[in-house]
Amino acid sequence: MSSINIEKSAEKGINDLLRHLLGNGKVDAVLAMRMVKSSGAWDLALVTDVKNLAELSPLAPVMTVNASQVLSNLSLSGKKIAAVLKPCELRGFVERVKREQGSLENLITISHTCGGVFPLDLVVEGSVDDLLHKYEKVVATGEIPSNIRDTCKACEHFIPMNADITIAAAGECKPGHGCMIYINSDKAKEALLECTGHHGNDLLDPISLEKLAAARAKEREKLFSSIEKDCSGLDGLVNIFGKCVGCHGCSRVCPICYCTLCDFESANFDYNLPYFEEHLARKGALRLPPDTMLFHMGRLTHMSFSCVGCGMCSDVCPVSIPVAAVFSRTGAKTASIFDYVPGRDVAEEIPVMIFKEEEFPELG
Amino acid sequence: MSEWQPRILAILCNWCSYAGADLAGVSRMQYPPSIRVVRVPCSGRVDPLFILKSLQSGFDGVLVSGCHPGDCHYISGNYVARRKFAVLKPLLEFIGVEPGRVQFSWISAGEGDRFAKVVTRITEDVRELGPATRLVKKL
Repeated sequence: MSSINIEKSAEKGINDLLRHLLGNGKVDAVLAMRMVKSSGAWDLALVTDVKNLAELSPLAPVMTVNASQVLSNLSLSGKKIAAVLKPCELRGFVERVKREQGSLENLITISHTCGGVFPLDLVVEGSVDDLLHKYEKVVATGEIPSNIRDTCKACEHFIPMNADITIAAAGECKPGHGCMIYINSDKAKEALLECTGHHGNDLLDPISLEKLAAARAKEREKLFSSIEKDCSGLDGLVNIFGKCVGCHGCSRVCPICYCTLCDFESANFDYNLPYFEEHLARKGALRLPPDTMLFHMGRLTHMSFSCVGCGMCSDVCPVSIPVAAVFSRTGAKTASIFDYVPGRDVAEEIPVMIFKEEEFPELG
Repeated sequence: MSEWQPRILAILCNWCSYAGADLAGVSRMQYPPSIRVVRVPCSGRVDPLFILKSLQSGFDGVLVSGCHPGDCHYISGNYVARRKFAVLKPLLEFIGVEPGRVQFSWISAGEGDRFAKVVTRITEDVRELGPATRLVKKL
């Protein structure tokens, strides 16, 4: 719709933008990534005082939690919030809204073309200045940094879908061009009317991101084929999921797994003595806790078509199972049956909640 | 020695397929004694997890059957079920379960003969595939 150019780096430009929104009462709070200077720890911060805005690093390639999870309740508080989200966080939130776990009404969603995020173990210790510096250089040229999450390397949706405001931060931010802010909704347009910067009518040009898109597509193919090779049949499944310790961490951090009482944590999976006896009579030994494999297969059937590929699950896995890669790959397959892209459009219904009368004649 | 008899879990909807099975029974139709029936209120009640769990627990095949599309007692349960199965299909392929082991069908209360035919067909298919070992936990 329209655009604003601020003659500063993208990071400084977005800080100006947030200052404008919060300082002029356009929003009540800002949600964005922050690094706590004293400890070097990263977190997602909700800021209501302008003087705390300087602490934020909204474009930092770090995801400590998929913001869509925490945004659910915040979005229902009635307060106006400007939320800086990575494209997958925004898509995750849209999926949650479809599941009645939040609302877009009081939000101004700010997202950016995304170069990917670092695995958490890379940023939890020591100085990240060097890492960030190298990252920015590589991302600005439209290449894929080698040390980001596997699923980020293979992510094809690095241009935000339906964000109120889009910031150019990967691929096309050339030095000297300043911070480009693209405004995509009336709500954002109204809030940014008096924002300083050169107002114009530029549109985000996907062609300038073609190089990144091509590189990502290649990585995606590579990741998927390696998963297909490693994870086919029981041997493959055991190979990949056999290490699972059953902590359910992957579902806790998943933006789609919103059920507070997950089926797998319900009494349905509290086995009684006869179950154990029956199994032991057949096998003579039993793996405990049971159903670690079924848990993953269950999640695949329950939510894979909505997987946004944020990679949180792989990141928190204590035994390094490539959960996100398996879910991305399977999700891409199951979503394609319905021509569904998770988070593309809030009006698009979850495929298993709707149906057509005439479809899938091969079933039954 | 007699032929190996597969064990197949048949999840049948209360209103159509279960009644169809009943009709097959009272009509003295012949079909292989391979199925163990679970009655559910509607095929829409069937979580794909049931299917995975039963394969894992040692069943050689699973048959899910509901009312014909358009005839659901709850208007749309079987349409939703069909979508869920459409999601499950590629997943089964991915984890290496042969497609013939898990079958879906629509059988009305009046189709006793169809029920007998469907059971015969899945029994033959599964017998050809042999015992299911791919998902059975060895430990």
